[in-house]
Amino acid sequence: MEEYKFLKIDDTLYKTRLNHKFLNRKKYQPVNPGAVTSFIPGTIIDVLVTEGQSVREGDVVVILDAMKMQNRLKSHLEGTVIKVNVKKGDRVPKGAVLIEVKPL
Amino acid sequence: MTIERKINELNERRKKVIAGGGAEAVEKQKSMGKKTARERIHALLDENSFHEYDMFVEHDARDFDMDKKKLPGDGVITGTGTINGAPVAVFAQDFTVAGGSLGIMHARKITKIMDYALKMRIPLIGINDSGGARIQEGVNSLYGYGEIFFRNTLASGIIPQISVILGPCAGGAVYSPALTDFVFVVDKISKMFITGPEVIKTVLGEEISMEDLGGARVHSEVSGNAHFFARNEDECFTQIRKLMSFLPWNNTEKARITEPAEPVRDYDIQNIVSDDPTMPYDVRDIIRAVVDNSDFLEIQELYARNIVIGFARVGGRTAGFVANQPNELAGVLDVDSSDKAARFIRFCDAFNIPIITFVDVPGYLPGVDQEHAGVIRHGAKILYSYSEATVPKITVILRKAYGGGYIAMASRHLRADFVFAWPTAEIAVMGPEGAANIIFRKEIAASENPEETRRKMVEEYKRKFANPYVAASRGYVDAVIEPRETREMLLHALMITENKQVSLPPKKHGVPPF
Repeated sequence: MEEYKFLKIDDTLYKTRLNHKFLNRKKYQPVNPGAVTSFIPGTIIDVLVTEGQSVREGDVVVILDAMKMQNRLKSHLEGTVIKVNVKKGDRVPKGAVLIEVKPL
Repeated sequence: MTIERKINELNERRKKVIAGGGAEAVEKQKSMGKKTARERIHALLDENSFHEYDMFVEHDARDFDMDKKKLPGDGVITGTGTINGAPVAVFAQDFTVAGGSLGIMHARKITKIMDYALKMRIPLIGINDSGGARIQEGVNSLYGYGEIFFRNTLASGIIPQISVILGPCAGGAVYSPALTDFVFVVDKISKMFITGPEVIKTVLGEEISMEDLGGARVHSEVSGNAHFFARNEDECFTQIRKLMSFLPWNNTEKARITEPAEPVRDYDIQNIVSDDPTMPYDVRDIIRAVVDNSDFLEIQELYARNIVIGFARVGGRTAGFVANQPNELAGVLDVDSSDKAARFIRFCDAFNIPIITFVDVPGYLPGVDQEHAGVIRHGAKILYSYSEATVPKITVILRKAYGGGYIAMASRHLRADFVFAWPTAEIAVMGPEGAANIIFRKEIAASENPEETRRKMVEEYKRKFANPYVAASRGYVDAVIEPRETREMLLHALMITENKQVSLPPKKHGVPPF
């Protein structure tokens, strides 16, 4: 049995057990609009931009193969590519930051 | 002499079917700690009560050389029998015959016994042990699954339906258990998933073992798809027989009344709960302190443990218990515990089982993960189920009952028939610390000694509101009772509510926040 810990609800500390699911809950990460991420795990088929290149909103920057589909991942904003974290053939997990774009 | 010859022929034919997939396949089945389908049925039902039908059903598939294959019973055994003397319909897939794969005749045997169960209004128990669709039979297998799912849905709320997962149950096949009322799993034997580890690996590149993906423990602790976890098959059958003893045959009956019995004396109800609302205890001890023989059958014991659900008897009558568990996450309501309680409440309501609710709830679990997982929608399920339920609803507020949690936990406002409160009850809009910090924010901030002022204000709030008497003064609580009076109050309330009659406005069905 897990030990008793404390859980705060409405400014009151309750002595109680905390389970794995609670302790391993996903911490919230604010959305970074400049990041192009993999919405699904898969394989990088092509990277269409290089660092320093300027892109417009909606430009396809990476092609990600997953679930037998070639997904065209687009830049969410207009700006400059400051980081390319993947290359052709890389396998990526879900939620990985593939490209970072700095807004204008 | 002729008739004897014919009887001999019958027995020869029976023997062939009973041999199932043959000695080698049976040997393999047993080496995995599994019983054969027929052994399982006999272990589950009362001795010599099983009557088998459709023993000589055969498939007539032609493609892929299937016309040359004979499959005894087409891989499934169906029939009726009794558990504790009460009738049940049963099917058990036979993994030794073509991996228990589901072809059209296999499915028809199952749907036929399901139709019987529904027509005769008797519980249905399905033992699942199958590799999945019989691929050689193509779209006919899909027809088979669809017909089963449709019947599971039709029978829902009319007869109790139980699924026992004693082997693989993968792909579309998992939806039949998901549609039934209670799912039983056995450690290292049950495997349930929509897509298996191989597919996940090829498509997503994620590696996971079958056990970690969809084993008994995962479904009991993490996904919540299973309701009862057993270490071996025999323990599983004992659990099923026990559960069945609490249930009525169908939705027009009540559960059988047994000889009333006192709780065992080991539980001193007055000394389980501390009057400090932040201190933990095991709420199951409160349940055991008031029920017959202290015998409580917990459901989903390993899942969302911050709420406890299960069956017990009070004065010989079956009751469904719902209780916040201060021992786990302070007994908060959250996504998982709401789902767990709400479905149980609806089961009890469908099958004329009174609901007894023990309340000790600090509120809802705060967190981005909870909000983003839809705690609004999931939390609403508890409100919906309690409001909709017309069976006797008896509520005992043991200690804290704050805010939305108070309303949700079978409050008077959701039409509880009786609401009792212990003297330790605190029925308030929120806990004293939180309330004082809001109400006296200015005073605390302006004070020379804010900590001292805060402490005073919290004390002030506690004195005025942290009790059952404000709610009792409005009639939201019917009686404030001593802990030791609880069983007597429950016995009386169950007797008074025995023939409760209420009618809801006519409608086809509601639209609950699934």
